[in-house]
Amino acid sequence: MAFDYFANPARFLRLANAVLPWCVGATVILLASGLYLGLFVAPADYQQGESVRIMYVHVPAAWMAMFVYTNIAIASVLSLIWRHPLADLAASASAPIGAAFTFLALVTGSLWGKPMWGTWWVWDARLTSVLILFFLYLGHMALTHAFDNPARGAKAAAVLALVGFVNVPIIKFSVDWWNTLHQPASVFRAGGPTIHPDMLWPLIAMALGYTLFYITLLLLRIKSDLIGARLRTLDSLRQDAA
Amino acid sequence: MTGAGGIIARDLKLALRQRSDAVMIVLFFVLTAALFPFGVGPEANQLAAIAPGVIWVTALLAVLLSLERLFLADYEDGSLELMALSPVPLELTVLAKVFAHWLTTGLPLIAAAPLIAILFNMPVSALPILALAMLLGTPTLSLIGAIGAALTLGARRGGVLVPLLVLPLYIPTLIFGVSAVDAALLGFPVRPHLLLLAGILLISLVVSPLAGAAALRQANE
Amino acid sequence: MSAFEARNLACSRVGRRIFAALDFTLPAGGALILRGANGSGKSSLLRVLAGLLAPVGGELHWDGKPVNDDPEAFQDNICYVGHGNAIKPVLTVHENLAFWSKLYPPKSAEGYDDLLDQALETFSLTTLRDVPGRQLSSGQSRRLSLSRLITSPARIWLLDEPSVGLDDVSLKRLEAAIAEHRAGGGMVIAATHTPLDIADADLLLLQDFAPPAIDPELLENSW
Repeated sequence: MAFDYFANPARFLRLANAVLPWCVGATVILLASGLYLGLFVAPADYQQGESVRIMYVHVPAAWMAMFVYTNIAIASVLSLIWRHPLADLAASASAPIGAAFTFLALVTGSLWGKPMWGTWWVWDARLTSVLILFFLYLGHMALTHAFDNPARGAKAAAVLALVGFVNVPIIKFSVDWWNTLHQPASVFRAGGPTIHPDMLWPLIAMALGYTLFYITLLLLRIKSDLIGARLRTLDSLRQDAA
Repeated sequence: MTGAGGIIARDLKLALRQRSDAVMIVLFFVLTAALFPFGVGPEANQLAAIAPGVIWVTALLAVLLSLERLFLADYEDGSLELMALSPVPLELTVLAKVFAHWLTTGLPLIAAAPLIAILFNMPVSALPILALAMLLGTPTLSLIGAIGAALTLGARRGGVLVPLLVLPLYIPTLIFGVSAVDAALLGFPVRPHLLLLAGILLISLVVSPLAGAAALRQANE
Repeated sequence: MSAFEARNLACSRVGRRIFAALDFTLPAGGALILRGANGSGKSSLLRVLAGLLAPVGGELHWDGKPVNDDPEAFQDNICYVGHGNAIKPVLTVHENLAFWSKLYPPKSAEGYDDLLDQALETFSLTTLRDVPGRQLSSGQSRRLSLSRLITSPARIWLLDEPSVGLDDVSLKRLEAAIAEHRAGGGMVIAATHTPLDIADADLLLLQDFAPPAIDPELLENSW
């Protein structure tokens, strides 16, 4: 199993070092072209005008918020069943990145809402769901770092992530029930996207760029966590020797 | 099964002999709700309009306040280890403790809720639905709360951590709990709201013992 | 002939290896005393044996079969007395003991009340029977915690510093209880700093199983 193969830290580090430059390059190209297409090439909306361009930052960020949380849930299953340290590292390294994307989605949503709704914040169903997701991220991060024993924090956070993941659809449904004000989904819809291709391409470029940016940060964070753990081991060995 | 019954009986006996705990929770519930008229003004119609929300939000906070006693004392004096080692499956132990917790917090809150409803000028006709919604909703609060309480055992600042973990998960119960009472007040059908509350309760009944037991095993390591 | 065995057991706490390659065999009626400096892993070893803490390596055998085949069935053989006394301040001595003995049911319900009385008598708690837990001294609390051993049907007693706070008379009673348990084929594993008079007990020194110094290559390949 590939997971077992990369379960060796030295091997993982070698692989991460080999992949990282490509990830960085692809991230830069995709984000630059996505932003260029979104801000200069794509047409302005006949109703919303130029402010519609926030969408190219906002919508993929909201997708990432969900995508990263799903990844944390998958890593948590791997951690609880196969008890693998790499899964714990991946989950704890993903959480702040996911929280940052969620925060970005909230802030850009609020900026977009000002010209559209005339107010910074509206308790509309989607913004509210994203806000709750942000709280789930914060809880996960706080629990990860709440214990003197890092392994305990990782395991506890894994249980929380799974409970949260079961709850996400319930929360989503209940918030939708509670208030539906936002426009209906327009990209992922049966019968293909209804959005104009000039608007779709920058969205796809931004989404891919975000994903690669996430992978880049994830690899970097896991790398630094591994090196940090090794330093602590060396430190305790030195103390034992003294 | 006798083992689980023994745990329920013990926790009830403990709660009964430390009555002040349960009384404090109910007092907190009534007192916090009584603050709202000072915040939003004493206008009767306005108070009636926010009554279901105030009752649910304060009930939720009161449950939150009571979660600490669910596992902490047993964790600190070594009882939790002995429960984990006993022939009673830990999942069943979690359920038994949650049930005892609900009997000593959820039920008193349901009993006190009509008092707040009257203080807030809520029509008496909606009281049965309020009681029914709380009967279906407060066990969920205890079940989800147990997960948070178990996960934070041994954590630094466990007390402040629990609300952060648990409150987001309480939102669906809050939404449907309030909407059931609102529907009753406006004369709409209440059944779907109550069914949704029951559905969430059923899911929590499955998830909470599994997650709670996993968390307790981690705490005992 | 039932026996309790540990093979190549290794354990770590907070990411730090505390013992490794630990073996022992305990026959029926045997006793094992764990000795070692603070932090050498006596308590951790007992928690591994009880099934509270997962070892990072090695396995336990009971009756020649790996414990991991059915860990829950194995736990019926264990009575663990840890650091915590698990005594509720608002319950009486008798209520405290009754709760635990119901949770770990004796072999037969017959003579259950007598068994409780006998357990209290063993650690001279009969006169304290209706005293609430909050009024007990630390030595009395320890004795109440130890009285669970008498009501438990378990074959293996795991004792973590059982004699802490005990006076001489109580210590003698504990030693007598241990001797009687072993005479009936029971086994005892105890971690202790104070001398506990247990006839021909094996001694396990934790420092003999201190983990080897980590070589750089191992460090390279460990998380």
